[in-house]
Amino acid sequence: MTVYEEQFPGLWQGFAAVVKRDLTLAWKRPGDVLNPLFFFAMVSALFPLAVGPSQEQLQLSGPGVVWVAALLAALLSLNSLFLSDFEDGSLDQLILSPQPLPMLALAKALAHWLVAGLPLVLVSPMIAVSFQMPGQTVEVMLITLTFGTISLSMLGSIGAALTVGLHRGTALLSLLILPLAMPVLIFGARTVSLAAANDPVAAGIYFLAAYCILTLTLAPFATATALRISSE
Amino acid sequence: MTDALAMGGYGVYVWSCFGLTLIVIIICTVQAWRRHRTIFNNARTQIRAMKSD
Amino acid sequence: MAIWNFLHKMASPPHFYGLAAKIIPWFAVTGIALFVYGAIGGLFYAPPDYQQGDAFRIIYVHVPAAYLSMLAYVVMAIAAGIGLIWRIKLSHAVAASAAPLGAWFTFLALVTGSIWGRPMWGTWWEWGDPRLTSELIMLFLYFGYMALRAAIDDTAKADKASAILAMVGAVNIPIIHFSVEWWSSLHQGATLVRADGPAIETTMLYPLLAMIFGFSFLFGALLLQRVRAEVLFRERRSRWVHDLVMPAGDTQ
Repeated sequence: MTVYEEQFPGLWQGFAAVVKRDLTLAWKRPGDVLNPLFFFAMVSALFPLAVGPSQEQLQLSGPGVVWVAALLAALLSLNSLFLSDFEDGSLDQLILSPQPLPMLALAKALAHWLVAGLPLVLVSPMIAVSFQMPGQTVEVMLITLTFGTISLSMLGSIGAALTVGLHRGTALLSLLILPLAMPVLIFGARTVSLAAANDPVAAGIYFLAAYCILTLTLAPFATATALRISSE
Repeated sequence: MTDALAMGGYGVYVWSCFGLTLIVIIICTVQAWRRHRTIFNNARTQIRAMKSD
Repeated sequence: MAIWNFLHKMASPPHFYGLAAKIIPWFAVTGIALFVYGAIGGLFYAPPDYQQGDAFRIIYVHVPAAYLSMLAYVVMAIAAGIGLIWRIKLSHAVAASAAPLGAWFTFLALVTGSIWGRPMWGTWWEWGDPRLTSELIMLFLYFGYMALRAAIDDTAKADKASAILAMVGAVNIPIIHFSVEWWSSLHQGATLVRADGPAIETTMLYPLLAMIFGFSFLFGALLLQRVRAEVLFRERRSRWVHDLVMPAGDTQ
Protein backbone atom coordinates (compact mmCIF):
# COMPACT_ATOMS: atom_id res chain seq x y z
CA MET A 1 0.00 0.00 0.00
CA THR A 2 2.74 2.44 0.96
CA VAL A 3 4.66 1.50 -2.13
CA TYR A 4 1.67 2.40 -4.21
CA GLU A 5 1.34 5.75 -2.50
CA GLU A 6 4.98 6.52 -3.05
CA GLN A 7 4.88 5.57 -6.69
CA PHE A 8 1.91 7.64 -7.73
CA PRO A 9 1.28 11.24 -6.82
CA GLY A 10 -1.99 11.99 -5.04
CA LEU A 11 -5.16 13.31 -6.55
CA TRP A 12 -4.43 16.96 -5.85
CA GLN A 13 -0.80 16.66 -6.83
CA GLY A 14 -1.80 15.50 -10.29
CA PHE A 15 -4.42 18.23 -10.44
CA ALA A 16 -1.92 20.90 -9.41
CA ALA A 17 0.70 19.59 -11.84
CA VAL A 18 -1.68 19.97 -14.79
CA VAL A 19 -2.73 23.48 -13.74
CA LYS A 20 0.87 24.52 -13.18
CA ARG A 21 1.96 23.12 -16.53
CA ASP A 22 -0.78 24.96 -18.43
CA LEU A 23 -0.05 28.21 -16.62
CA THR A 24 3.65 27.88 -17.44
CA LEU A 25 2.83 27.25 -21.09
CA ALA A 26 0.54 30.28 -21.14
CA TRP A 27 3.28 32.40 -19.54
CA LYS A 28 5.66 31.40 -22.30
CA ARG A 29 3.11 32.21 -25.00
CA PRO A 30 1.55 35.47 -23.81
CA GLY A 31 -0.33 35.81 -27.09
CA ASP A 32 -2.73 33.12 -25.91
CA VAL A 33 -3.75 35.33 -23.01
CA LEU A 34 -3.60 38.68 -24.75
CA ASN A 35 -5.40 37.89 -28.01
CA PRO A 36 -8.78 37.12 -26.41
CA LEU A 37 -8.40 40.24 -24.27
CA PHE A 38 -7.77 42.44 -27.30
CA PHE A 39 -10.66 40.74 -29.03
CA PHE A 40 -12.89 41.44 -26.02
CA ALA A 41 -11.89 45.12 -25.95
CA MET A 42 -12.24 45.52 -29.69
CA VAL A 43 -15.67 43.91 -29.99
CA SER A 44 -16.86 46.13 -27.14
CA ALA A 45 -15.49 49.14 -28.98
CA LEU A 46 -17.25 48.15 -32.19
CA PHE A 47 -20.70 48.62 -30.67
CA PRO A 48 -20.51 52.33 -29.84
CA LEU A 49 -18.97 52.91 -33.27
CA ALA A 50 -21.78 51.00 -34.97
CA VAL A 51 -24.69 52.16 -32.82
CA GLY A 52 -23.67 55.76 -32.23
CA PRO A 53 -22.34 57.66 -29.26
CA SER A 54 -25.72 58.36 -27.60
CA GLN A 55 -25.13 57.93 -23.88
CA GLU A 56 -28.57 56.58 -23.07
CA GLN A 57 -28.33 53.91 -25.69
CA LEU A 58 -24.87 52.87 -24.55
CA GLN A 59 -26.05 52.62 -20.97
CA LEU A 60 -28.92 50.38 -22.04
CA SER A 61 -26.89 48.12 -24.29
CA GLY A 62 -23.73 48.05 -22.15
CA PRO A 63 -24.46 44.89 -20.13
CA GLY A 64 -25.47 42.95 -23.21
CA VAL A 65 -22.44 44.08 -25.19
CA VAL A 66 -20.00 43.22 -22.42
CA TRP A 67 -21.55 39.79 -22.03
CA VAL A 68 -21.68 38.94 -25.71
CA ALA A 69 -18.10 40.13 -26.17
CA ALA A 70 -16.94 38.08 -23.15
CA LEU A 71 -18.74 35.01 -24.45
CA LEU A 72 -17.13 35.30 -27.88
CA ALA A 73 -13.69 36.02 -26.44
CA ALA A 74 -13.88 32.99 -24.15
CA LEU A 75 -14.98 30.89 -27.12
CA LEU A 76 -12.05 32.13 -29.20
CA SER A 77 -9.49 30.62 -26.87
CA LEU A 78 -11.34 27.33 -26.31
CA ASN A 79 -10.18 25.77 -29.54
CA SER A 80 -6.62 25.57 -28.27
CA LEU A 81 -7.61 23.99 -24.94
CA PHE A 82 -6.63 20.44 -25.92
CA LEU A 83 -5.16 21.09 -29.36
CA SER A 84 -1.45 21.39 -28.53
CA ASP A 85 -1.73 18.47 -26.09
CA PHE A 86 -3.36 16.44 -28.84
CA GLU A 87 -0.69 17.33 -31.37
CA ASP A 88 2.35 16.62 -29.19
CA GLY A 89 0.89 13.46 -27.68
CA SER A 90 0.66 14.67 -24.09
CA LEU A 91 -3.11 14.17 -24.26
CA ASP A 92 -2.52 10.43 -24.52
CA GLN A 93 -0.26 10.67 -21.50
CA LEU A 94 -3.03 12.37 -19.54
CA ILE A 95 -5.50 9.67 -20.54
CA LEU A 96 -3.11 6.85 -19.71
CA SER A 97 -2.03 8.31 -16.39
CA PRO A 98 -3.28 6.58 -13.23
CA GLN A 99 -5.01 9.78 -12.16
CA PRO A 100 -8.79 9.89 -12.67
CA LEU A 101 -9.30 11.60 -15.99
CA PRO A 102 -12.29 13.76 -14.89
CA MET A 103 -10.03 15.35 -12.27
CA LEU A 104 -7.42 16.17 -14.91
CA ALA A 105 -10.14 17.49 -17.22
CA LEU A 106 -11.28 19.74 -14.38
CA ALA A 107 -7.70 20.93 -13.95
CA LYS A 108 -7.42 21.69 -17.68
CA ALA A 109 -10.68 23.63 -17.67
CA LEU A 110 -9.76 25.60 -14.56
CA ALA A 111 -6.36 26.42 -16.04
CA HIS A 112 -8.20 27.65 -19.12
CA TRP A 113 -10.34 29.85 -16.91
CA LEU A 114 -7.29 31.28 -15.14
CA VAL A 115 -5.65 32.06 -18.47
CA ALA A 116 -8.65 33.16 -20.55
CA GLY A 117 -11.59 33.80 -18.21
CA LEU A 118 -10.12 35.62 -15.24
CA PRO A 119 -8.32 38.28 -17.34
CA LEU A 120 -11.64 39.02 -19.08
CA VAL A 121 -13.30 39.55 -15.70
CA LEU A 122 -10.48 41.83 -14.59
CA VAL A 123 -10.56 43.93 -17.75
CA SER A 124 -14.35 44.23 -17.90
CA PRO A 125 -14.64 47.24 -15.49
CA MET A 126 -12.71 49.34 -18.01
CA ILE A 127 -15.24 48.52 -20.69
CA ALA A 128 -18.09 49.03 -18.24
CA VAL A 129 -16.84 52.54 -17.52
CA SER A 130 -16.78 53.35 -21.22
CA PHE A 131 -20.44 52.29 -21.37
CA GLN A 132 -21.25 54.68 -18.48
CA MET A 133 -22.15 51.91 -16.05
CA PRO A 134 -22.67 53.11 -12.47
CA GLY A 135 -20.51 51.68 -9.66
CA GLN A 136 -22.90 49.15 -8.11
CA THR A 137 -23.61 47.76 -11.58
CA VAL A 138 -19.92 47.12 -12.15
CA GLU A 139 -19.86 45.12 -8.92
CA VAL A 140 -22.74 42.92 -10.07
CA MET A 141 -21.10 42.57 -13.47
CA LEU A 142 -17.89 41.33 -11.89
CA ILE A 143 -19.76 38.71 -9.83
CA THR A 144 -21.84 37.47 -12.76
CA LEU A 145 -18.87 37.42 -15.12
CA THR A 146 -16.85 35.39 -12.61
CA PHE A 147 -19.48 32.68 -12.28
CA GLY A 148 -20.32 32.92 -15.98
CA THR A 149 -16.80 32.56 -17.32
CA ILE A 150 -16.16 29.55 -15.06
CA SER A 151 -19.31 27.92 -16.46
CA LEU A 152 -18.21 28.77 -19.99
CA SER A 153 -14.78 27.23 -19.44
CA MET A 154 -16.41 24.06 -18.11
CA LEU A 155 -19.00 23.83 -20.90
CA GLY A 156 -16.36 24.77 -23.44
CA SER A 157 -14.04 22.02 -22.29
CA ILE A 158 -16.71 19.49 -23.31
CA GLY A 159 -16.93 21.05 -26.77
CA ALA A 160 -13.15 21.31 -27.10
CA ALA A 161 -12.77 17.66 -26.13
CA LEU A 162 -15.39 16.59 -28.66
CA THR A 163 -13.87 18.56 -31.54
CA VAL A 164 -10.16 18.08 -30.82
CA GLY A 165 -8.41 16.68 -33.86
CA LEU A 166 -11.23 17.50 -36.27
CA HIS A 167 -10.87 19.69 -39.31
CA ARG A 168 -13.04 22.82 -39.18
CA GLY A 169 -12.93 22.45 -35.42
CA THR A 170 -13.30 26.13 -34.52
CA ALA A 171 -16.56 26.85 -36.30
CA LEU A 172 -17.97 23.53 -35.14
CA LEU A 173 -17.00 24.26 -31.55
CA SER A 174 -18.95 27.53 -31.61
CA LEU A 175 -21.96 25.76 -33.07
CA LEU A 176 -21.85 23.16 -30.28
CA ILE A 177 -21.20 25.48 -27.36
CA LEU A 178 -23.18 28.65 -28.09
CA PRO A 179 -26.66 27.12 -27.67
CA LEU A 180 -25.55 25.46 -24.45
CA ALA A 181 -24.14 28.75 -23.19
CA MET A 182 -27.46 30.55 -23.69
CA PRO A 183 -28.59 30.31 -20.03
CA VAL A 184 -25.32 31.87 -18.88
CA LEU A 185 -25.67 34.71 -21.36
CA ILE A 186 -29.31 35.32 -20.51
CA PHE A 187 -28.85 35.36 -16.75
CA GLY A 188 -25.54 37.19 -16.90
CA ALA A 189 -26.60 40.03 -19.15
CA ARG A 190 -30.10 40.40 -17.68
CA THR A 191 -28.82 40.49 -14.11
CA VAL A 192 -26.42 43.30 -14.97
CA SER A 193 -29.28 45.14 -16.71
CA LEU A 194 -31.42 44.68 -13.61
CA ALA A 195 -28.64 46.10 -11.47
CA ALA A 196 -28.40 49.11 -13.78
CA ALA A 197 -32.14 49.68 -13.28
CA ASN A 198 -31.79 49.32 -9.47
CA ASP A 199 -33.87 46.13 -9.45
CA PRO A 200 -33.15 43.12 -7.20
CA VAL A 201 -30.37 40.98 -8.63
CA ALA A 202 -30.17 38.09 -6.14
CA ALA A 203 -32.15 35.63 -8.31
CA GLY A 204 -29.80 35.97 -11.26
CA ILE A 205 -26.67 35.69 -9.14
CA TYR A 206 -28.00 32.61 -7.35
CA PHE A 207 -28.83 31.01 -10.68
CA LEU A 208 -25.38 31.71 -12.10
CA ALA A 209 -23.73 30.36 -8.96
CA ALA A 210 -25.87 27.22 -9.10
CA TYR A 211 -25.17 26.74 -12.81
CA CYS A 212 -21.47 27.24 -12.17
CA ILE A 213 -21.50 24.49 -9.52
CA LEU A 214 -23.52 22.22 -11.80
CA THR A 215 -21.01 22.56 -14.63
CA LEU A 216 -18.06 22.18 -12.24
CA THR A 217 -19.57 18.92 -11.03
CA LEU A 218 -20.83 17.33 -14.23
CA ALA A 219 -18.76 18.76 -17.09
CA PRO A 220 -15.45 17.06 -16.14
CA PHE A 221 -17.06 13.65 -16.56
CA ALA A 222 -18.42 14.53 -20.00
CA THR A 223 -15.06 16.05 -20.96
CA ALA A 224 -13.17 12.98 -19.81
CA THR A 225 -15.42 10.63 -21.79
CA ALA A 226 -15.16 12.89 -24.83
CA LEU A 227 -11.37 12.95 -24.58
CA ARG A 228 -11.23 9.17 -24.48
CA ILE A 229 -13.40 8.98 -27.61
CA SER A 230 -11.51 11.70 -29.50
CA SER A 231 -8.11 10.14 -28.87
CA GLU A 232 -9.14 6.64 -29.96
CA MET B 1 -67.54 27.38 -48.58
CA THR B 2 -65.54 30.54 -49.22
CA ASP B 3 -66.40 31.62 -45.66
CA ALA B 4 -64.82 28.47 -44.31
CA LEU B 5 -61.72 29.04 -46.43
CA ALA B 6 -61.41 32.71 -45.47
CA MET B 7 -61.15 31.83 -41.75
CA GLY B 8 -62.49 35.21 -40.70
CA GLY B 9 -59.71 37.05 -42.49
CA TYR B 10 -56.96 34.80 -41.14
CA GLY B 11 -57.18 32.37 -44.06
CA VAL B 12 -53.73 33.15 -45.42
CA TYR B 13 -52.05 32.43 -42.09
CA VAL B 14 -54.03 29.30 -41.20
CA TRP B 15 -53.81 27.69 -44.64
CA SER B 16 -50.13 28.48 -45.11
CA CYS B 17 -49.39 26.81 -41.76
CA PHE B 18 -51.35 23.67 -42.64
CA GLY B 19 -49.85 23.64 -46.14
CA LEU B 20 -46.36 23.98 -44.78
CA THR B 21 -46.97 21.14 -42.34
CA LEU B 22 -48.05 18.92 -45.19
CA ILE B 23 -44.99 19.90 -47.23
CA VAL B 24 -42.60 19.19 -44.36
CA ILE B 25 -44.15 15.78 -43.72
CA ILE B 26 -43.96 14.94 -47.43
CA ILE B 27 -40.33 16.06 -47.61
CA CYS B 28 -39.47 13.89 -44.58
CA THR B 29 -41.27 10.92 -46.12
CA VAL B 30 -39.59 11.27 -49.50
CA GLN B 31 -36.19 11.74 -47.86
CA ALA B 32 -36.56 8.64 -45.69
CA TRP B 33 -37.72 6.32 -48.45
CA ARG B 34 -35.33 7.67 -51.06
CA ARG B 35 -32.41 7.28 -48.66
CA HIS B 36 -33.39 3.70 -47.98
CA ARG B 37 -33.66 2.92 -51.67
CA THR B 38 -30.33 4.57 -52.50
CA ILE B 39 -28.52 2.62 -49.78
CA PHE B 40 -30.23 -0.59 -50.84
CA ASN B 41 -29.26 -0.12 -54.49
CA ASN B 42 -25.71 0.93 -53.61
CA ALA B 43 -25.27 -2.23 -51.58
CA ARG B 44 -26.50 -4.30 -54.51
CA THR B 45 -24.21 -2.56 -57.01
CA GLN B 46 -21.24 -3.02 -54.72
CA ILE B 47 -21.87 -6.73 -54.22
CA ARG B 48 -22.32 -7.26 -57.96
CA ALA B 49 -19.09 -5.39 -58.66
CA MET B 50 -17.31 -7.58 -56.14
CA LYS B 51 -18.69 -10.74 -57.72
CA SER B 52 -17.82 -9.81 -61.27
CA ASP B 53 -14.21 -9.14 -60.29
CA MET C 1 -34.91 -13.87 -18.76
CA ALA C 2 -37.43 -14.05 -21.55
CA ILE C 3 -37.52 -10.29 -21.69
CA TRP C 4 -33.75 -10.10 -22.14
CA ASN C 5 -33.89 -12.61 -24.95
CA PHE C 6 -36.65 -10.58 -26.53
CA LEU C 7 -34.71 -7.31 -26.23
CA HIS C 8 -31.59 -8.92 -27.54
CA LYS C 9 -33.45 -10.24 -30.54
CA MET C 10 -35.05 -6.82 -31.12
CA ALA C 11 -31.67 -5.14 -31.12
CA SER C 12 -30.30 -7.49 -33.76
CA PRO C 13 -30.18 -5.50 -37.01
CA PRO C 14 -31.70 -8.07 -39.42
CA HIS C 15 -34.58 -8.79 -37.07
CA PHE C 16 -35.22 -5.12 -36.52
CA TYR C 17 -35.02 -4.41 -40.25
CA GLY C 18 -37.76 -6.92 -41.01
CA LEU C 19 -39.95 -6.11 -38.04
CA ALA C 20 -39.84 -2.35 -38.72
CA ALA C 21 -41.03 -2.95 -42.26
CA LYS C 22 -44.10 -4.67 -40.82
CA ILE C 23 -44.79 -1.95 -38.24
CA ILE C 24 -44.37 1.07 -40.53
CA PRO C 25 -47.66 0.64 -42.50
CA TRP C 26 -49.66 0.41 -39.25
CA PHE C 27 -48.02 3.52 -37.85
CA ALA C 28 -48.48 5.37 -41.14
CA VAL C 29 -52.16 4.48 -41.48
CA THR C 30 -52.92 5.34 -37.84
CA GLY C 31 -50.97 8.58 -38.14
CA ILE C 32 -52.66 9.66 -41.36
CA ALA C 33 -56.14 8.81 -40.00
CA LEU C 34 -55.56 10.81 -36.82
CA PHE C 35 -54.03 13.65 -38.84
CA VAL C 36 -57.00 13.85 -41.20
CA TYR C 37 -59.49 13.70 -38.31
CA GLY C 38 -57.55 16.33 -36.39
CA ALA C 39 -57.16 18.62 -39.39
CA ILE C 40 -60.83 18.51 -40.35
CA GLY C 41 -61.99 18.83 -36.75
CA GLY C 42 -59.56 21.63 -36.07
CA LEU C 43 -60.17 23.57 -39.27
CA PHE C 44 -63.95 23.28 -39.57
CA TYR C 45 -65.63 21.89 -36.45
CA ALA C 46 -63.80 23.54 -33.57
CA PRO C 47 -65.46 26.86 -32.67
CA PRO C 48 -63.34 29.98 -33.25
CA ASP C 49 -61.45 31.21 -30.21
CA TYR C 50 -63.24 34.12 -28.49
CA GLN C 51 -60.07 36.24 -28.55
CA GLN C 52 -58.11 35.07 -31.57
CA GLY C 53 -60.93 34.13 -33.91
CA ASP C 54 -59.94 31.58 -36.51
CA ALA C 55 -56.21 32.34 -36.24
CA PHE C 56 -56.03 30.05 -33.21
CA ARG C 57 -56.51 27.06 -35.55
CA ILE C 58 -52.77 27.25 -36.21
CA ILE C 59 -52.47 25.61 -32.79
CA TYR C 60 -53.44 22.32 -34.46
CA VAL C 61 -50.15 22.18 -36.30
CA HIS C 62 -47.95 24.40 -34.15
CA VAL C 63 -48.36 22.59 -30.83
CA PRO C 64 -47.89 19.07 -32.24
CA ALA C 65 -44.79 20.24 -34.11
CA ALA C 66 -43.37 21.82 -30.97
CA TYR C 67 -44.20 18.69 -28.99
CA LEU C 68 -42.48 16.50 -31.59
CA SER C 69 -39.39 18.70 -31.56
CA MET C 70 -39.03 17.91 -27.84
CA LEU C 71 -40.01 14.25 -28.19
CA ALA C 72 -37.45 13.72 -30.95
CA TYR C 73 -34.72 15.17 -28.74
CA VAL C 74 -35.74 12.94 -25.84
CA VAL C 75 -35.75 9.89 -28.13
CA MET C 76 -32.36 10.94 -29.52
CA ALA C 77 -30.76 11.54 -26.10
CA ILE C 78 -32.12 8.33 -24.55
CA ALA C 79 -31.11 6.24 -27.58
CA ALA C 80 -27.67 7.87 -27.59
CA GLY C 81 -27.27 7.20 -23.87
CA ILE C 82 -28.28 3.55 -24.23
CA GLY C 83 -25.88 3.21 -27.14
CA LEU C 84 -23.04 4.76 -25.17
CA ILE C 85 -23.58 2.81 -21.96
CA TRP C 86 -24.64 -0.63 -23.26
CA ARG C 87 -22.89 -0.37 -26.62
CA ILE C 88 -25.98 -1.29 -28.60
CA LYS C 89 -25.35 -0.35 -32.22
CA LEU C 90 -29.01 -0.18 -33.12
CA SER C 91 -29.69 2.56 -30.61
CA HIS C 92 -26.93 4.70 -32.10
CA ALA C 93 -28.67 4.28 -35.45
CA VAL C 94 -31.92 5.44 -33.81
CA ALA C 95 -30.23 8.53 -32.35
CA ALA C 96 -28.64 9.42 -35.68
CA SER C 97 -31.99 9.03 -37.46
CA ALA C 98 -34.03 11.03 -34.94
CA ALA C 99 -31.93 14.19 -35.28
CA PRO C 100 -32.90 15.31 -38.83
CA LEU C 101 -36.57 14.58 -38.12
CA GLY C 102 -36.38 16.56 -34.89
CA ALA C 103 -34.77 19.44 -36.76
CA TRP C 104 -37.57 19.41 -39.35
CA PHE C 105 -40.28 19.48 -36.70
CA THR C 106 -38.46 22.24 -34.84
CA PHE C 107 -38.28 24.22 -38.06
CA LEU C 108 -42.01 23.64 -38.59
CA ALA C 109 -42.81 24.77 -35.03
CA LEU C 110 -40.72 27.90 -35.55
CA VAL C 111 -42.29 28.88 -38.86
CA THR C 112 -45.88 28.16 -37.81
CA GLY C 113 -45.26 30.03 -34.56
CA SER C 114 -43.92 32.96 -36.53
CA ILE C 115 -46.89 32.93 -38.93
CA TRP C 116 -49.23 32.72 -35.94
CA GLY C 117 -47.47 35.67 -34.38
CA ARG C 118 -48.03 37.88 -37.39
CA PRO C 119 -51.81 38.45 -36.90
CA MET C 120 -51.59 38.14 -33.08
CA TRP C 121 -48.64 40.38 -32.26
CA GLY C 122 -48.38 42.25 -35.56
CA THR C 123 -44.84 40.97 -36.04
CA TRP C 124 -43.23 37.90 -37.58
CA TRP C 125 -40.89 37.46 -34.65
CA GLU C 126 -41.56 38.32 -31.03
CA TRP C 127 -38.50 37.88 -28.82
CA GLY C 128 -40.75 38.23 -25.81
CA ASP C 129 -42.32 34.83 -26.39
CA PRO C 130 -40.29 32.27 -24.47
CA ARG C 131 -41.54 29.24 -26.38
CA LEU C 132 -40.49 30.51 -29.81
CA THR C 133 -37.09 31.53 -28.48
CA SER C 134 -36.62 28.11 -26.88
CA GLU C 135 -37.52 26.46 -30.18
CA LEU C 136 -34.89 28.56 -31.94
CA ILE C 137 -32.21 27.40 -29.48
CA MET C 138 -33.52 23.87 -29.92
CA LEU C 139 -32.92 24.16 -33.68
CA PHE C 140 -29.33 25.25 -33.00
CA LEU C 141 -28.87 22.23 -30.74
CA TYR C 142 -30.03 19.92 -33.53
CA PHE C 143 -27.72 21.66 -36.01
CA GLY C 144 -24.79 21.27 -33.61
CA TYR C 145 -25.53 17.57 -33.18
CA MET C 146 -25.78 16.95 -36.93
CA ALA C 147 -22.69 19.07 -37.67
CA LEU C 148 -20.65 17.08 -35.14
CA ARG C 149 -21.79 13.81 -36.70
CA ALA C 150 -20.96 15.09 -40.18
CA ALA C 151 -17.50 16.24 -39.12
CA ILE C 152 -16.40 12.81 -37.87
CA ASP C 153 -15.74 10.27 -40.61
CA ASP C 154 -15.57 7.16 -38.47
CA THR C 155 -19.15 6.07 -37.70
CA ALA C 156 -18.37 4.43 -34.35
CA LYS C 157 -16.53 7.52 -33.18
CA ALA C 158 -19.24 9.85 -34.47
CA ASP C 159 -21.81 7.77 -32.58
CA LYS C 160 -20.04 8.09 -29.28
CA ALA C 161 -19.02 11.74 -29.58
CA SER C 162 -22.48 12.85 -30.65
CA ALA C 163 -24.01 10.73 -27.87
CA ILE C 164 -22.15 12.82 -25.30
CA LEU C 165 -23.35 16.01 -26.96
CA ALA C 166 -26.94 14.76 -27.01
CA MET C 167 -26.81 13.91 -23.31
CA VAL C 168 -25.22 17.24 -22.36
CA GLY C 169 -27.92 18.94 -24.42
CA ALA C 170 -30.65 16.94 -22.70
CA VAL C 171 -29.41 18.13 -19.29
CA ASN C 172 -29.29 21.68 -20.60
CA ILE C 173 -32.67 21.88 -22.34
CA PRO C 174 -34.76 22.31 -19.17
CA ILE C 175 -32.28 24.93 -17.96
CA ILE C 176 -32.40 26.76 -21.30
CA HIS C 177 -36.18 26.64 -21.24
CA PHE C 178 -36.27 27.96 -17.68
CA SER C 179 -33.82 30.77 -18.39
CA VAL C 180 -35.66 31.90 -21.53
CA GLU C 181 -38.90 31.83 -19.53
CA TRP C 182 -37.32 33.98 -16.78
CA TRP C 183 -35.84 36.32 -19.35
CA SER C 184 -39.14 37.01 -21.09
CA SER C 185 -41.03 37.37 -17.80
CA LEU C 186 -38.99 40.52 -17.22
CA HIS C 187 -40.08 41.81 -20.58
CA GLN C 188 -43.42 43.63 -20.57
CA GLY C 189 -44.41 42.59 -24.04
CA ALA C 190 -47.27 40.90 -25.76
CA THR C 191 -47.82 37.32 -24.73
CA LEU C 192 -49.84 34.88 -26.67
CA VAL C 193 -53.06 33.93 -24.93
CA ARG C 194 -52.78 30.31 -24.01
CA ALA C 195 -55.52 28.35 -25.71
CA ASP C 196 -55.03 25.33 -23.47
CA GLY C 197 -56.65 26.84 -20.38
CA PRO C 198 -58.93 24.81 -18.12
CA ALA C 199 -62.16 25.75 -19.91
CA ILE C 200 -61.18 24.32 -23.31
CA GLU C 201 -64.10 22.76 -25.16
CA THR C 202 -63.97 19.15 -26.22
CA THR C 203 -64.59 20.07 -29.87
CA MET C 204 -61.39 22.12 -29.60
CA LEU C 205 -59.47 19.62 -27.50
CA TYR C 206 -60.10 16.32 -29.30
CA PRO C 207 -58.73 17.43 -32.68
CA LEU C 208 -55.65 18.78 -30.89
CA LEU C 209 -55.06 15.48 -29.11
CA ALA C 210 -55.65 13.64 -32.38
CA MET C 211 -53.08 15.85 -34.09
CA ILE C 212 -50.51 15.27 -31.34
CA PHE C 213 -50.96 11.50 -31.53
CA GLY C 214 -51.16 11.59 -35.33
CA PHE C 215 -47.88 13.49 -35.53
CA SER C 216 -46.32 11.02 -33.10
CA PHE C 217 -47.34 8.02 -35.19
CA LEU C 218 -46.09 9.67 -38.38
CA PHE C 219 -42.85 10.47 -36.60
CA GLY C 220 -42.65 6.83 -35.54
CA ALA C 221 -43.10 5.62 -39.11
CA LEU C 222 -40.55 8.09 -40.50
CA LEU C 223 -38.09 7.26 -37.74
CA LEU C 224 -38.39 3.51 -38.34
CA GLN C 225 -37.81 3.95 -42.06
CA ARG C 226 -34.79 6.17 -41.45
CA VAL C 227 -33.39 3.63 -38.99
CA ARG C 228 -33.90 0.89 -41.56
CA ALA C 229 -31.84 2.85 -44.08
CA GLU C 230 -29.22 3.61 -41.44
CA VAL C 231 -28.98 -0.05 -40.38
CA LEU C 232 -28.67 -1.17 -43.97
CA PHE C 233 -25.86 1.30 -44.52
CA ARG C 234 -23.99 0.34 -41.35
CA GLU C 235 -24.31 -3.38 -42.05
CA ARG C 236 -23.64 -3.13 -45.78
CA ARG C 237 -20.76 -5.59 -45.59
CA SER C 238 -22.60 -8.20 -43.56
CA ARG C 239 -23.96 -11.52 -44.69
CA TRP C 240 -27.62 -10.73 -44.11
CA VAL C 241 -27.53 -7.53 -46.16
CA HIS C 242 -25.80 -9.49 -48.88
CA ASP C 243 -28.62 -12.06 -48.89
CA LEU C 244 -31.23 -9.35 -48.65
CA VAL C 245 -30.17 -7.19 -51.58
CA MET C 246 -29.31 -10.01 -53.98
CA PRO C 247 -32.40 -11.48 -55.66
CA ALA C 248 -32.47 -15.27 -55.52
CA GLY C 249 -31.95 -15.79 -59.25
CA ASP C 250 -29.16 -13.24 -59.61
CA THR C 251 -26.21 -15.00 -61.16
CA GLN C 252 -24.31 -11.94 -62.28
